[in-house]
Amino acid sequence: MGFAVNILTRSLNVFHLGGSACNNCDIEILDTLTPRYDLERFGITLVGSIRHADVLLVSGIFNKKAAVRLKRVYQQAPRPIFVVAIGSCACTGNMFQKSYNWDVPLDQYIPVDIYLPGCPPKPEAMIMAILKLVNKLRGAPPDASAGKSRAAKQKRGA
Amino acid sequence: MNIFYLILQVLVFPGLLFAAAAGLATSWVDRKVTAYVQMRVGPPFLQPFYDVLKLMIKETCVPAGAARWLFLSAPLLGMAGAALASMLIWRAFLPLGQTFSGDIIVILYLLTMPAVSVIIGSFAAQNPLASLGGSREIKLLLSYELPFVLAILVPVVQTQSIRFSDLLAAAPAVYAPSGVIALVVAVVCMQAKLTLVPFDAPEAETELAGGAYLEYSGPPLGIIKLTRAMMLFIMPLFLVAVFCGGIVFDKGWLPVLGGVLKYLGLVVLVILIRNTAPRVRIDQAVRFFWGPATLAALAAVLAAMIGW
Repeated sequence: MGFAVNILTRSLNVFHLGGSACNNCDIEILDTLTPRYDLERFGITLVGSIRHADVLLVSGIFNKKAAVRLKRVYQQAPRPIFVVAIGSCACTGNMFQKSYNWDVPLDQYIPVDIYLPGCPPKPEAMIMAILKLVNKLRGAPPDASAGKSRAAKQKRGA
Repeated sequence: MNIFYLILQVLVFPGLLFAAAAGLATSWVDRKVTAYVQMRVGPPFLQPFYDVLKLMIKETCVPAGAARWLFLSAPLLGMAGAALASMLIWRAFLPLGQTFSGDIIVILYLLTMPAVSVIIGSFAAQNPLASLGGSREIKLLLSYELPFVLAILVPVVQTQSIRFSDLLAAAPAVYAPSGVIALVVAVVCMQAKLTLVPFDAPEAETELAGGAYLEYSGPPLGIIKLTRAMMLFIMPLFLVAVFCGGIVFDKGWLPVLGGVLKYLGLVVLVILIRNTAPRVRIDQAVRFFWGPATLAALAAVLAAMIGW
């Protein structure tokens, strides 16, 4: 585990980009950021600008018009940037697959690091997804979260 | 004085490195107290260090159409001002070198450097939201400087000296009623100088998406965050030095502890204000600083002149 990866996984700034979401995933994302789940324990904070972000959190389907904006936002992000697809819509297109303005799934537009299906996924599931991302970056197996990572240790202690 | 010793002072001990480390520790206090106010656990102690270090290994994006060198050098200007201010304040506390007549005025100028650098950087970015943040920063700077300088004038009038060491040698300003009023005004101005809630209109995460810092990424953003942390360290220290007798190091450990407690008390006061107040609009902030705040500071100066 290199120095850069270690530092990066301890301080993830999240930028949330909603596509044409039904707002359900957005509500759960906001729940995850409330004091009850306290993501700042893991060094995760929400930022207002993509230039400050390390993680691009994407929810909702991206239709032909929104996908252009998505690509532009992804290109504006400083590297390294990781993409987390939240909810079934962002992962697969969900019930909008046959819709007239839906083209291809999200990962045909930009590379996606973590898929988190669910309609909507629970806050606990989102924290698990972030921990899996951290493990993936550190080169550990994705389910080895317990015991090893500092974030998991703190989660148990809290 | 030896020039290398001076450079060492600016870059390492009371200057850049020390102020950066102490500032990041103070910003951990800020985040931890905020977490307690919101009844959560909060980040680990090294979190501010991780945040800044992480930004140092990120890519730097310069927006198309930006004034490249101005955009990239503006954060350095702010950091230099904060480091020099820290050095001058600590030289008055510790026998590191001579203080000089008028060093309070120099510090007042140096403390505006971070705000000026934010203004330069935000306009250099050529982003409409960033320029909006920059224009708010200008209005805020123009509004709080007047009551802040008037408040600092009170201990100067009391001791009849603009030399830092004379201020520290005299009785603390808050022992007089005029000093108490001036300290209250100065604390409110400090809140605006640190651009914390209720005076955080320049960055306004919700409507300006980061405002003045919007286009910054990577190492320049890290330097901006470091400068903000340093200012969070320096500003309460400056007020403690000017109004409350500073931190005295040559009379055993008890006065040192007392000085640190005074400093932490001011820091926690700032954090509690930031956690309990809603954001004011920029016109409300200007009206407040040029109205009640300036009048209170003027009253304090007059009271100090007649010896209260």
